[in-house]
Amino acid sequence: MIELGYPLSLTGVQLDALREVGNIGAGNAATALSQMLNMRVEMSVPEVQMLPISRVAATVGGADTYVAGIYLQITGSAPGSILFLLPLADARRLVRALLKENLRDDSICFGELGCSALVELGNIMTGSFLNALGMFTSLKYIPTVPSLCLDMVGAILGSVLHSHGVDSDTVFFIKTDFRYQGDCGVGYLFFLPEAEALVEILNSLGVFK
Amino acid sequence: MNNCINVEIAEMKIARAPINLISIGIGSCVGVCLYDPVARLGGLAHILLPDSRQSRNPENKAKFADTAIPALLADMVAAGAIKSRIVAKIAGGAQMFAFAQALDYMRIGERNVEAAIEALRKAGIPLIARDTGSNYGRSIRFSTLTGKVYIKTIAHGEKVI
Repeated sequence: MIELGYPLSLTGVQLDALREVGNIGAGNAATALSQMLNMRVEMSVPEVQMLPISRVAATVGGADTYVAGIYLQITGSAPGSILFLLPLADARRLVRALLKENLRDDSICFGELGCSALVELGNIMTGSFLNALGMFTSLKYIPTVPSLCLDMVGAILGSVLHSHGVDSDTVFFIKTDFRYQGDCGVGYLFFLPEAEALVEILNSLGVFK
Repeated sequence: MNNCINVEIAEMKIARAPINLISIGIGSCVGVCLYDPVARLGGLAHILLPDSRQSRNPENKAKFADTAIPALLADMVAAGAIKSRIVAKIAGGAQMFAFAQALDYMRIGERNVEAAIEALRKAGIPLIARDTGSNYGRSIRFSTLTGKVYIKTIAHGEKVI
């Protein structure tokens, strides 16, 4: 078994490389979203870090924060999964911008079309990130179709960690800020490579010691 | 809530009345509540996975149904509970994400519930109530004063078991 240490600490160079992956992914996602929304969308990545799993819920506001979660699995040479979380208010605003539909502020139901839009948004975010990662690492990532869940962060996390958390304790966390037509939002992308895959990825980035 | 102890994922804790045990946001995990009504002593394990034997990293007993339940029981007995009085309630085990392909690992909630029931049976602890399955998260507050478990959800109401 590969010992990654806990919590995993990356060197500055390693984090820089991952940050660059995050930035390029966000840039690509912004371009794709601009086309989809037919408006200018800007995206930046203020925060990239490796997080121990135990700190994930706190990072997005606590286990009972209500969020939209889009989840997919990755197969290929570096298997793992990706979870994209949007605070509910941000998800609502984005769906409004996308569908020109007036969701009520307290609505916890997005309807079939709204849910579909959220899945597509997650698809764009995760796809852009995976493309950037693929470019940097020359590894092949094959994503499954994403699935959507609107619920408490804690409940969503527990349900994705089981496939990841059996043997690994660290996730790669990218915070994304987006701005469009005077609105703004935040999204949290968690990349959960399997333990060996993480080593493989850092190796391929040429920064693993 | 100031008289509550929070039990996070893959943790287990015991508490004596009037201190309550809570777990926020249980999805496919299962919250296993053990209670001795005479000693008014409760134990809560927030299990993540069904089987420690399938993990290469099984040190944390609270993480797995098969190891958490005997360990929690032992903790309670060490704290003064009498085994023959202890009863169990469980909540959680949802399937949060609906995938087109019904892969085995996506049935984790169901498997967690099955494993918890099996571990309780092996330990000889009667399961007296459950609120499990479906596709939504649950937060629970386990009163060590009454043994009642208060369940909250976001869009599926509240329940007491």
